[in-house]
This record gives sequence, C-alpha cells and structure tokens, in this order.
Amino acid sequence: MPVLHAKPAPPSDDKRWKIVETRMRRMGDRPYALIEALHAAQEAFGYLDESALNYVGDTLGVPHSRVYGVATFYSYFTLKPQGEHTCVVCTGTACYINGAKEILAGIERGLGVKPKQTTPDGKLSILTARCLGACSLAPAVIVDGAVMGKIGAAELVAQLEAM
Amino acid sequence: MSEQPAAARPVRHRAAVATPAGETRASAYVCEAASCMSAQAHDITVNLAAQCAAAGLTDVMVKRVGCLGLCAAGPLVEIPQTGELFAQVKPGDLGGLITALKSVKPGATPKPQGPFFEKQLRVATENMGRVDPESLEDYIGRGGYEALQRVLADMTSTEVREVVSQSGLRGRGGAGYPTALKWTTVAKAEGKQKYVICNADEGDPGAFMDRSVLESDPFRILEGMAIAAFAVHATEGYIYCRAEYPLAVARLRTAIRLAQRAGFLGANIADTSFTFDVQVRLGAGAFVCGEETALIASVEGKRGTPRPRPPYPAVEGLYGCPTLINNVETFANVPAILRKGADWYASIGLGKSRGTKVFALAGRIVNTGLVEVPMGMTLREIIYDIGGGIIDGRPFKAVQTGGPSGGCIPADYLDSPVSYETLIDLGSFMGSGGMIVMDDTSCMVDVARYFQDFCRDESCGKCVPCRVGTTQLWMLLDKICRGQASLADLDQLERLAKVVQKMSLCGLGQGAPNPIFSTLRYFRDEYLAHIVDKRCPAGVCEIVRLPDARPLDAQPTEVPA
Amino acid sequence: MTVYTLKIDGRDVAGSEGQSIMDVAEENGIDIPGLCHLPGIHDRGACRLCVVKIGGSPRLAAACVTRIAEGMDVVAHDEELEEYRRAATEMMFLERNHVCAVCVANNHCELQELSADLGMTHFELPRISPTVDVDLSHKLFGLDHNRCILCLRCVRVCDEIEGAHVWDVMHRGLETRIQADMGVDWGDSATCTSCGKCVQVCPTGALFEKGRPVAAGTRDERPFLPWLRVHQEERGL
Ligand SMILES: Cc1cc2nc3c(=O)[nH]c(=O)nc-3n(C[C@H](O)[C@H](O)[C@H](O)COP(=O)(O)O)c2cc1C
Ligand code: SF4
Ligand code: SF4
Ligand code: FES
Ligand code: FES
Repeated sequence: MPVLHAKPAPPSDDKRWKIVETRMRRMGDRPYALIEALHAAQEAFGYLDESALNYVGDTLGVPHSRVYGVATFYSYFTLKPQGEHTCVVCTGTACYINGAKEILAGIERGLGVKPKQTTPDGKLSILTARCLGACSLAPAVIVDGAVMGKIGAAELVAQLEAM
Repeated sequence: MSEQPAAARPVRHRAAVATPAGETRASAYVCEAASCMSAQAHDITVNLAAQCAAAGLTDVMVKRVGCLGLCAAGPLVEIPQTGELFAQVKPGDLGGLITALKSVKPGATPKPQGPFFEKQLRVATENMGRVDPESLEDYIGRGGYEALQRVLADMTSTEVREVVSQSGLRGRGGAGYPTALKWTTVAKAEGKQKYVICNADEGDPGAFMDRSVLESDPFRILEGMAIAAFAVHATEGYIYCRAEYPLAVARLRTAIRLAQRAGFLGANIADTSFTFDVQVRLGAGAFVCGEETALIASVEGKRGTPRPRPPYPAVEGLYGCPTLINNVETFANVPAILRKGADWYASIGLGKSRGTKVFALAGRIVNTGLVEVPMGMTLREIIYDIGGGIIDGRPFKAVQTGGPSGGCIPADYLDSPVSYETLIDLGSFMGSGGMIVMDDTSCMVDVARYFQDFCRDESCGKCVPCRVGTTQLWMLLDKICRGQASLADLDQLERLAKVVQKMSLCGLGQGAPNPIFSTLRYFRDEYLAHIVDKRCPAGVCEIVRLPDARPLDAQPTEVPA
Repeated sequence: MTVYTLKIDGRDVAGSEGQSIMDVAEENGIDIPGLCHLPGIHDRGACRLCVVKIGGSPRLAAACVTRIAEGMDVVAHDEELEEYRRAATEMMFLERNHVCAVCVANNHCELQELSADLGMTHFELPRISPTVDVDLSHKLFGLDHNRCILCLRCVRVCDEIEGAHVWDVMHRGLETRIQADMGVDWGDSATCTSCGKCVQVCPTGALFEKGRPVAAGTRDERPFLPWLRVHQEERGL
C-alpha cells in the first residue's frame, strides 16, 4: 500500500534525525513503526520532545494524540531531559527483599531526591526499574549504564556524591 | 513514567578468543552473561588470552561463553577439562588460573562438581556456558541446526507437531498450555500469512531465565522458532525482547545476521523451499506487554493494552493474521526434542508436566543463579541441595513462585514436587520460573503489599476492576501494614480480591489477587498480628499508632444521588 | 448468514453469526448493563459490567465482545454477577470525584442510572479521590476529568465516525486520562472540528456542553443520534 501522506522534513538539520528517519524508512514509514521510531529518537536525543513526537507521528501518519498516548504508556520513554548522570535503582522482588527500600531511603536522605526526580543542579536523575535481570547481584543498581550489585546504601550515596 | 533502566546502548565487545592451532589441552570458559559482564568479565577474557600468549600456552583455548549458572559467585571462569570453577575472579589477578591451566594433563576427565551442578538436568540450557553465544560454528559443533535440517529434509509439518505433542511439552511462559495444541490451531487457522512470535518480555521481577538463555545460546531460539514456523506454515517471526536487556538484544541481532548469512534464516533455508526470517522488536518498559494480546498491540506500534480473548492470537493475532506466540524457554526445548526424540523428553518429568524447567533462584538464598531441573523435583532439593539453603543459616519462611500472579509457599510444603499442577494446588503458579526465597526477615503482608504495588503500577488501565481494584487492594494492604486496619477491612480485602480476580479483562488483573490469597491462606496469623495486636512479627512494617483507635473510614459513604 | 440458537437466562433466543451476546440480548429485550458499549462503534470489553457466565465455565466473559455460538447457554443475571457488577460500579464512583448534585448530567447520567438499577445504597471500598483537572478551554464544550470513567466512547466516536482522532488516552493504570492531540488543552487542539459527537455519547457528565444548567430537570433518555445509527448499519451491526 502506498503511503498517502506527504513526508515532513525533520525538525532541524541536526544529523541525528537521519538515524530516526532511516529507522522509519526501513519499516516502510508505516504506523506500526511507531515504537521503533520512538526508541530511535530517544537513543539519539536522550529524551522525546514535542518536535520529535510530531515528526515521528507525521512521518508515519499516526494521529498526534496516539503518538502521545504511546509515548506516555511505556515507562522506558521519557519526555523530559534527564540529569547528566542517571542512577537506576532496581525495585524488583529479589532486590526488594534484599534492601532496595533502604537504598532509596538512603538516597533520599543523602541527596534529597526521590525516584523520578533530578537533583536541582541537574546533575543526577534517580530512576527505578522492576528487575534488571541481575537478581543474583541483588540489590542492584545501574549507574550511567554500568550495573553495580550487592551494594549498600551508604556506599552508593558516597559514590553518587563523588560524581 | 520515565523509568529508564539499563543502558539503551548495546554493550558489545569484540571477541578476544585464543584458539590453539593444534590440539587443545586445556580451555578457560569465561562467563560473559549479563551478571558476570557487569563485574568486568570481558576484561578477564582479554587479559587471560594475553597472559596465556605471554606464558607460551599455545595449546590453551580461551573462550567467551554464556551463563555458567552460579551468578552469585561471579565473575566465573571454568576449566571444563577438570571441571574446576573459579569464582570471583579479578581481571588483574589471573595467576591462579594460569597455573591451573598449565597443570591440566592431556585427556583429563572432569571431577564431580557438587550438588549445584550434579542435581541439575540441562535441556533448554544444555549449551549454556558451553558455546560462544556469538559463534555459529560453535553452536553447530554442539549439534546445533541438526534438528532443523532433519525436519526440513525428512519431515512434514504434521509429523513435527506430532513429535512435539508426544513429548508432552507445555508452554514455559506461564500457564503451561500444551505447545502442540497451539501449534495445530495456528497451522489449521485460515490465512495465507502467519507469524511466529517469541515472547522475550520476561517481566516477572526476580526472573532472569529467558535473559540467560538469550545471552548464552541465541541460535537455539532461532532454530526453535524456525522449526515452529515450519510446523505452522509461518514465514515471518518476531522476537519481542525487553529493552532492559541490551546484551541479549545485541547477541540476538548478531545471531540473526550470522544465521541469515549461513542460510539458516531467509529464503530457501538449507536449500529447501522453506522461507522464514526473524526481526527483533524492543519492548519499552511495560510488564503487561508480556500478555500475548498486549504484546501483539505493542509489536503493531500501539499502546500495550490487552484485548479480550477469544479470538485467540492463534486465530487472529498480529495484523489480524494467525500468530503463534511461545516463550523463549519453550522454543529452547524444541531443537532438543526433535534431535533426541519425543520419548526421551517425555521420559523426564512428573504427571502432566514433562521435561525440565529452568528456575531463577534469587532472594535470601546462598546460590543465587540459574538452574534447570526435571519437573517433579521437590522444592527442598531445589532450595537446599542446589540452592545451598538460606543465607546466614536463617530459617526459611516461604518461596515465592509465579511472579506477581503467583503465591508464597511456606515451609510445610517444601517436600512438594514442582509441577504445573502441584503449584496450582498450593495456591501458587509456575509462571515463568522465578523462585524468590524468603527468610524470617520478610513480612508476608508487606510482600503482598509489594506485589499489589507492582500490579497497580503495571496495570494498563484499560479495564475498571484492575485499574481501580488493584489500587484499592493496595490501599487496604497498606492500611493493614501500618496497623490501622480493622477486621472488617480484612473481610473487605478478601471480597474485593475476589471481584478483581473474576472481573478483570486479562491475566494481570485476574492474577493480581493471588499473592493476597496465598499469604492469607498460609500466613493469616501475620495479618491478624498487624490488625489485632498492632505489631509486625518480622519487624518490617512501620506501625503507625493513631491517637484514638478509631479506624479511618469505618462509616460507609452514601451513594451520591 | 448462519443463524444460531442459544439460551440467555433460560430464554431461547436466536441471532446470526458474528453477533455478540450483547446484540442478541438487546434485540430480545434482555437488559445486560454496560457502559463502554455503544452500538455503532467497536466494542472493547473494558468496563466489565456486561460479564456473563457461559455454559458453566468459571471464567466470566464480556457479553459485548463475545460472539454467539450454537447452543450457548448464557447466564446474564444471578446474585453473584449482580454483586460483581455492584462492585465494579462502586469502583467507577470511587476512582474519581463524582458529586452528582452539582453535575450537569445529574438525572441523565448512565452511571447514576446503573447504580439505581443495581440497588446500590452505599460504598464500602476505599475512595481514591485524586486531584484532577477541569478543562474549560474549548469555546463550546468542557471536560471534567473528575467524572470520566474512561469508557473511551469519545475516543472511538471521534476516530471511527468523525475521523478526527482528537482524543486518545495518555499514561496508564490509575494515571490514565483522555487527552487531546499532544496532551494540549481542548481549546488549543488543531484537529477538533467542534462537531460535539464526543459530548453526545459521554455516559456521564465528563464531557458537557457549556452553558447547560446544572441538574437540568428530570431524567431524559439519550437523544436519538442518527449518525450513530447510519454508521451501525454501514458496518452491518
Ligand atoms: C500480565 C502477563 C504477563 C506475562 N508475561 C510474560 C512474559 O514475560 N513472558 C512470557 O513468555 N509469557 C508471559 N505471559 C504469558 C503469555 O501471555 C503467553 O501465555 C505466553 O507467552 C505463551 O507462551 P507459552 O505457551 O510458550 O508459555 C504473561 C501473561 C500475562 C497475563
Ligand atoms: S486486567 Fe489490568 S492489565 Fe489487564 S486489561 Fe485490565 S487494566 Fe489492563
Ligand atoms: S470523557 Fe466521557 S466518553 Fe470520554 S472516556 Fe470519559 S466518560 Fe467516557
Ligand atoms: S529484582 Fe532486581 S535485578 Fe531482578
Ligand atoms: S459494555 Fe461490555 S465491557 Fe463495557
């Protein structure tokens, strides 16, 4: 089936849009490419802003309200820029019974941020995840992409403070 | 929203493999699955290869393998010739390993490895820790693609389904639906285009079996899917994998590329008319997308909300076409069954649960990690003999199976054999295979609250009983945990749990009350301690004492009219 | 077209292949409650009020999305089902903030009507009471999230009939909200044609016409919506 809508131009001449565009084109610019396209945009830009959502929706011919509905349904997508560093605390079952609660409490006490918040200086975002699949290392956290296992609250807070 | 776990970028490293030109006298298998990788396992591979070369050990092979099973003690290196397993290896301190490698005698036989390994029976994970997950030759060297080639050369699709039927294989993703029955429905469904989907969403918190299989033996999944596609007349396949598993995704993509190049995927596989190709689709952090109709919606680029069944995906699935959905472990069993025969597989197991099951041991247990055991092994054997018992020798309290739809089984039932049926009789559920062991430091009401919190957080919000009911259940449990509930609240909890179970649209809502039912069944005294005595026996919950003992909302509210 | 015979609450009824239990019940004057169901648009089986028992199976099925089959034995009314329906209705009331006395839909609200039919007198479950918005930015209409039960009739009507797809749902679980375009105020929506169809189908007072007096008189039936009927016939429902 031919695509009936005109393809919009990328929001800016930032080269990263090429990656997003290519990923959509490989899937025929069809509506079912929406989630893959959002992944591509988030990988490229770190988060999804309105121009990204509009661009992806218009290219794939998906109504804006549906793009927004999808982007907000999945917890992996974020519509706000994250802090310079991120710390993902696992709150899955294995980590929960091995002290994830204490880790979150420690972070809040030590750094004054709760899950889904970023420190006022924009340095660090705290996120949570339900199981990182590293349960044998419980409690596990991911700091800037690196998994750290069997970590205590105090030790972690000290590390985060040092960043 | 905006939980963004793990790194979105794939972690991929070039192989650093020392391969002897002549006979291999000794080898070092370095575990490069996620858990050990996070402890710099790849540096071990690189350094070890370099140091072997420096020490002139030209007859030593250093190779990257998938999960060696004992994740808790990682990073792990195994010398398969002697069966020695080196735990907590440091990349900067490999002297001991080099010495051991030097001293291996040619033709050495492995010595027994202790109950953690000896009591296991590896079928789905037979190659785990044995093959290099990024090498097709290695996979073929261990019997890989024999099954697919035999199927394509000698069998009809009906015969393949017959073999799977006789093996007694049932779905490993949760409910244990007979695999061959599902395959037959898809094969017989009307429609030219059919799809095969591998469910690699593995959302149960505390479960990491599928992850390890994908990271350790990705070709096996591709082979299993291809056999299934042949059996149901499908030409296209998808693997729906969690985005939180970047290493698994990277290895799958590598495996797909290598298999395509070698003619095991794509058009005219193994020079027959059979055509089948596979794509990876990423999840985006929604537990409910493990439910098959939600998964299909997600592959179609939509919000991952389930829809009522029937029609089942086997009849109306992806893009409205007949679609076969099976779990990773289900597919992992298929090549072995076709290679070794249905009778062999059916000879393992208990009752209607045939074959083996992979479990992820986690929680307050010594040997956390991945194990595969014949169905019918008792919980005690799994937790004490294989799992090494409870950390610090504390008393065992319960084992949680089946994830958020499962239940907690107390010490009295440790001698029960594990099968689909027995777990249901015990008020729990096989689920995907997570086993979380709890000791006396866990409060069972708190555990029930934890799972309810999970369910309300992951509820897709489509249907009323789950969207609203899971929150109301959580509120009641929270009230109990805080010591503010009355016995009337407990009645309310049981009544509401029943409504949510019966009325919800999909398995998430229907299963959400299970942790409540099972903890009420075995640990009602803990509920009563919180409610009547206002104390938490495990000392976990913070009891909030109200100035006067009046329960918060004792008076019913009027219906607005 | 194949005709099937089946039993609903012990009565022998007939319907044609592809019809839902709800359709056949409606044709035969058997009332099965349901709030997300609206003839003319696709059913989604989400409010769960229409659950019925089929042939003694322990699993309940939503009548609006379950197709009939030959010889089906359907129980649409018994004590247990009424109890479940009351609980689900109670959940809809307690999820948001329904203050009927000051609602534009008072006395012509399908939720209110349902609670009367089910003989509900009081609530026992915990009240959730979230803080949610009222959107008065549109020049003709208003949206009060306090009264939305997320039946998504508005979303489906706007998409399937008006073809504008202004509405969709955002977030998930208890945070789920209907939303226009990119979560903008309704008045700022670039796609809304101001046709008012969504307002006409809303079962509660969540979507309303501005300037309508609060508590407008006695209960009146939903006005006949010709566009809905045309669509229904086109789709052969
Ligand atoms: C809420 C929910 C979550 C699920 N999550 C998974 C999952 O993560 N992995 C999986 O394989 N099956 C999951 N399932 C089960 C699937 O719906 C489906 O039954 C399964 O993938 C079928 O494969 P099998 O027959 O091989 O078990 C889930 C079901 C529900 C209701
Ligand atoms: S039971 Fe829960 S997850 Fe399933 S459809 Fe209903 S709201 Fe969604
Ligand atoms: S606004 Fe009205 S029609 Fe739309 S979802 Fe809410 S209750 Fe239903
Ligand atoms: S529960 Fe934390 S990694 Fe699995
Ligand atoms: S009318 Fe059937 S579920 Fe709402």
